[in-house]
Amino acid sequence: MPATVQFRNVSKRFGATEALHEISLKLPELGITAVVGESGSGKSTLLQHINGMLRPDAGEVRVFGAPVNYNALPAFRRRIGYAVQGIGLFPHLTVADNIGLLARLEGWSTDRVRKRIDTLMALMELDAALAPRYPHMLSGGQQQRVGLCRALMMSPPLMLLDEPFSGLDAVTRRGLHERLLALQERSPMAIVLVTHDMREAERLASHLVVLLRGSVVQAGSLPAVLAEPHPYVKELLGASQ
Amino acid sequence: MSGASITARLLIVAALLPTAGHAAQSIVVGSKPFAESYILGEIMAQTLETAGFAVERRFGLGATLVTFAALEQGEIDVYPEYTGTLSHTILDGGEVVDAVALADALDAHGLRIITPFGFDNSYAIAVRQHIAAQHGLSRISDLTRAASLNFAFTHEFLDRPDGWVGLKAAYGLTVDAGGIEHGLAYRALADGKIDVTDAYATDGDIARYELTTLDDDRHFFPEYLAIALGRSDLEPEAVAALTGLQGRIDATTMRAMNARASVDGVAFAEIANDFLQGAAQPGDAAAEGLDPRWRQLARNTQRHLELTVVALVAAIIAAVLLGIAVHRSRTLSRTVLYLAGLLQTIPSIALLALMIPLFGIGVTPAIIALFLYSLLPILRNTITALITIDPLLRRVAQAMGLTPTQQVRYVLLPLALPSVLAGVRTAAVICIGTATLAAFIGAGGLGDPIVTGLALNDTGLILQGAVPAALLAMLTELIFERLERRLVPAHLVSNRLPQ
Repeated sequence: MPATVQFRNVSKRFGATEALHEISLKLPELGITAVVGESGSGKSTLLQHINGMLRPDAGEVRVFGAPVNYNALPAFRRRIGYAVQGIGLFPHLTVADNIGLLARLEGWSTDRVRKRIDTLMALMELDAALAPRYPHMLSGGQQQRVGLCRALMMSPPLMLLDEPFSGLDAVTRRGLHERLLALQERSPMAIVLVTHDMREAERLASHLVVLLRGSVVQAGSLPAVLAEPHPYVKELLGASQ
Repeated sequence: MSGASITARLLIVAALLPTAGHAAQSIVVGSKPFAESYILGEIMAQTLETAGFAVERRFGLGATLVTFAALEQGEIDVYPEYTGTLSHTILDGGEVVDAVALADALDAHGLRIITPFGFDNSYAIAVRQHIAAQHGLSRISDLTRAASLNFAFTHEFLDRPDGWVGLKAAYGLTVDAGGIEHGLAYRALADGKIDVTDAYATDGDIARYELTTLDDDRHFFPEYLAIALGRSDLEPEAVAALTGLQGRIDATTMRAMNARASVDGVAFAEIANDFLQGAAQPGDAAAEGLDPRWRQLARNTQRHLELTVVALVAAIIAAVLLGIAVHRSRTLSRTVLYLAGLLQTIPSIALLALMIPLFGIGVTPAIIALFLYSLLPILRNTITALITIDPLLRRVAQAMGLTPTQQVRYVLLPLALPSVLAGVRTAAVICIGTATLAAFIGAGGLGDPIVTGLALNDTGLILQGAVPAALLAMLTELIFERLERRLVPAHLVSNRLPQ
């Protein structure tokens, strides 16, 4: 299976701290890959190398079969959906405008934009009446669903999710998990999910990458990792029981 | 919807405004901001108009510094001046220069004396007529016999070497003199609080308070002959027309005309017209009706708006672009704000005066000065707003694939808009207020009646400029309030309005 995302000996330091140490990885083209580890393990740093928000000090990051072209990032990033913990909905735009911004900039017709927004909101089980509202009028769970709709607008082949479910209550989180799995069922794509929650990873992911202090401890399909867990992975599993 | 579209709209407004500048080939007559200068300016202007010239009036220019510089640079072609003042200005000594030396000095500046009007507006010593009769005073040397009188002079006169100090020595006077404010001197004299003071020979108040001036029998005071000062390249036909005024105005006539302006409140144009028609009797100002006044008000207001809008639009564009360019660097932001703040500390009248050597007088330097004044509030609010935008929103905008320009256009500017608008609002009000001072450098606007009113001590006239300016400022506040309501979602205003 050709990898959509590939790391070749990638290292990154921030001052004296080595955030990533000679990471070599191939992520599957389809399915959810969970990147797990405790705080400061380098999960988020790894993720930000995929869409060029960070540039490696050494090594190479390849996405869609080619090295990341740092001279043409906007066009490249439009093929990668992005959702984060704080969500970051634009407060001056309505829900519909938040979701449809990129499509409008890409020159989509109003009709096409509206239809796509309707589809996505239905998929995320968002009431259509929310479309003209501003983000601050929505609950946290609703806001994160809007965030996911925005990430999905351009039907990207790759999605990056940086702890998008943290800070939400258990019920809301479970609802969002279901939405994500339903989405994956309906139109499979590559999703890289950063999480510190091992149980969330177990529930959602088909692959696991376990990081510890900037290095990969273990990587592979979920069943393979669970069958022969590294002692540190056992520890993580134990902590989340 | 956004910052860019307001800018666009304001630009359109600016483009629709008529551009201000000279009418081609017309003769520009200037004056300083006091009644006598306005009247002489009007007399010259009407004389030229009668001779068939198109005339542009640039009256009430701020004092000698501004007016002389304007003439030198060809912003005006002719204005009324005094020989004594020229000696000070050009030769910058207090020395009395003879006519030939003065003519040579002027020639070096490309200027010439076109004609003397026929009176000397030198310093004079004034006393009440009945005191003069009582003490037998007709010449300054008679004052040696009047030591019992109460002497009080304006502070400037007391301090100048060609004032009281020199006068005392020249006439061997031994009395002591007190100081008094110029504005109060005549009233104090009339009330008998003081008996002897300094005056200008043609002050309208000399006639008003029934005073007499004492003859300078030892020729102590330098001559302040009133002249038409013009550019050497002035058309011969214009020179010929103005030369017709030679010697036609004596001190008494000038004093009477000054009194009509400052005491009776007659319009300068009417006084000048009466003089040229040979009719010295008081005219009927009210007969003109309200119409010209309203038209004048409309013209002043329009010019005021032109100055303000053009300066403001330019400042919005410059400040917002500059703010966007520097806000990522704290050091740069601080430097730029510091420099803009420095501009703000220059007193507005000084900033206007500083513009003259660079841009001459009139509309252009006024707009540039107003532009510089408007920068700071807009710049400060823009930078502050951009700096305080949630870094997560920046990261998301970047990560979702917006180009740097799109990030500014669709995320940063709209988020900064409420604060930027508030800055523009502050700048607009500052601009409208400061623009009244632009009249001092001949830019016109609502400052014109204020400057004239100050020259005449005419509160009514001052209010004709001040009240519309204040109303304009209030209207601006209202317009911006509306604009804000239309452009900014309510939830962004409540928690973003600075101060």
